[in-house]
Amino acid sequence: MEQALVLIEFLFELRKQGINVSAHEWMGLMEAMSKGLHNSSLDGFYRLARCICVKDVSNFDAFDQAFLAYFKDVYVDVAAVTNDLLSWLRDPKKFEGLSEEEKKLLEELNVEELKKMFEERLKEQKERHDGGGKWIGTGGKSPFGHGGFHPSGVRVGGPGGGKSAMQVAEMRRYRDYRKDRVLDVRQIDVALRGLRRLGREGAVEELDIEETVNATCKNAGDLDLVFTPPKRNRMKLILLMDVGGSMDAYSLMVERLFTAASRAGRFASFEHYYFHNCVYENVFEDAAFRKPVSVTELIARTSRDERLVVVGDALMHPGELMSPGGSIYFYHHNASAGATWLRRLEDHYRYTAWLNPEPKRYWPRTTIEAIASIFPMYHLSLEGLEEAIRYLVRGGQRPDPSQATPFS
Amino acid sequence: MSDAFNQFTGTTTYIASEDLQQAVNVACALEKPLLLRGEPGTGKTVLAQNVASALGMDLIAWHVKSTTKARDGLYVYDTVARLHDSRFGDADVNDIASYIKLGPLGRSLASEKRVVLLIDEIDKADIEFPNDLLTELDAMKFFIDETGKEIVAKERPLVIITSNNEKELPDAFLRRCIFHYIDFPSVELMTKIVRVHHPDIEEQVLDQCLELFFKLRDVPRIRKRPSTSELIDWIFALRKAGVDLARVGGGIPFLGTLLKNEQDMAILGNN
Repeated sequence: MEQALVLIEFLFELRKQGINVSAHEWMGLMEAMSKGLHNSSLDGFYRLARCICVKDVSNFDAFDQAFLAYFKDVYVDVAAVTNDLLSWLRDPKKFEGLSEEEKKLLEELNVEELKKMFEERLKEQKERHDGGGKWIGTGGKSPFGHGGFHPSGVRVGGPGGGKSAMQVAEMRRYRDYRKDRVLDVRQIDVALRGLRRLGREGAVEELDIEETVNATCKNAGDLDLVFTPPKRNRMKLILLMDVGGSMDAYSLMVERLFTAASRAGRFASFEHYYFHNCVYENVFEDAAFRKPVSVTELIARTSRDERLVVVGDALMHPGELMSPGGSIYFYHHNASAGATWLRRLEDHYRYTAWLNPEPKRYWPRTTIEAIASIFPMYHLSLEGLEEAIRYLVRGGQRPDPSQATPFS
Repeated sequence: MSDAFNQFTGTTTYIASEDLQQAVNVACALEKPLLLRGEPGTGKTVLAQNVASALGMDLIAWHVKSTTKARDGLYVYDTVARLHDSRFGDADVNDIASYIKLGPLGRSLASEKRVVLLIDEIDKADIEFPNDLLTELDAMKFFIDETGKEIVAKERPLVIITSNNEKELPDAFLRRCIFHYIDFPSVELMTKIVRVHHPDIEEQVLDQCLELFFKLRDVPRIRKRPSTSELIDWIFALRKAGVDLARVGGGIPFLGTLLKNEQDMAILGNN
């Protein structure tokens, strides 16, 4: 039981990292430990806790971090680390990647002196325990630590030889699986699958067995076949894309989103239009802005049940958004301000979402914040896309524009 | 670790990483379903067969398709056959039980011995599919409405579920599972794996194959990176044809066994 009390802080460390471990899973872990399934070792515990508490590979990295933060004080094999360092210093091959200047700098350091310094610093760190899981210095000009002085990034840290749980955790191999980092066509594809409303419509093609049985019984046992239309996605989508200018940096990501969304048969109807910087009277059928479609006409033609998704960085000069005549094009005079047009679109459709590729930390105090108060705005990452789709399908809480988190 | 716990250590034809061994053994000991994810071709499905043979249990496989319903796994009530019989009457129509056919999950629960149940590619089915299985997987029993009979598992089957990560599985379902992500094997592990399938391969040939293979996986922008099973097939093809990699200048022989789409071939051609 004592064990359970000590580890409970690990549970909260996990939850702090955003892994929602339930009581159910935690009790499972405790049961497993009472059966000795962790093999009485830290490595065993690492594996056991991970396979019971974490159900998504995108959370493995967060788990590694929680593990490092919680167990940072447990064990540092000083001798092994020192030996590692020395053998690294003795290996001339490792210096190939260094510039002449760097080599000279390194020669100035005496190995014995270095060793002494290293041990001292290690001791100091053991006593102080200020940042967790950082071993001896990271980066910078210190001769120790990972990715620091040595360009090929020889790592000092953890016991030498076989991989311990701490080392595995420290390697953070699952960093690339984090949901807030990656987006490829397939992932968008998967996410977009959630965007559907199933309904029976169209030609009758499927045999309805229940109804057939019913009808046959009513027909005194003579077979009477009943057919129904198959289930189809009735979701209709309109995609508005900001192209050119500051959006060029994100063109690949927008292209991927478009590829996945335009896949045949995905939606009952799919329309896409382009705009530059901000929406005014017209949006365009082509990215070269030659075939205008009036926004008023678009609103009149489409039903409010269609879903409108805007992709854009929402970054512009405040005048372009707020004042009539503020369009970025010199010869174009817009009678109503951009914000007014955006509000007209948002008012017409029941569910809309704005996907923004800019990192959330840049949102506050820009036009992004202003537009986020008009449109429900989501970050264009897998996580943001999933949230946006949840909102588009089920409605519910709109994201609070002032809650843009400083990270991500 | 007690011997009773430490049951699965891989087989002569299946090399399991330590992580995977522990995950299987934890699932076994806690009697919870084991959920496996990982790149296609890393041996998720094959694992179930090997766990079954290593632990001396029977394997019941349930291959999920997009049209599979959770109830189909328990039992199917063949109404059409009964209807047919009632019309052309050559069987006892009053005996409903003879029109009830147990599905894979139903059979694994009804089995006298402990079995391994493989639910393959659970993400292929509808979003609600895993939720519909919750009660049955938890309580390991189910009710046949038509006959009023309850089937309770005498021995809880070891359930192994694979998923290609195509859809988010529901949280309630995940909470009940033990999770393992099959990492792509490292070079060392891959060497072991290939040796299992090609025990008489020469060191040098193996090294060359692996070097080329891992290089190919690192080519940027490749859509479908070759996996373990494809490597093994490729080596098989090479050896069957007696191709010596060291002597082939330029292109990779039998590239079609490694890369499965045109764009990937084109990308490789450009490099």
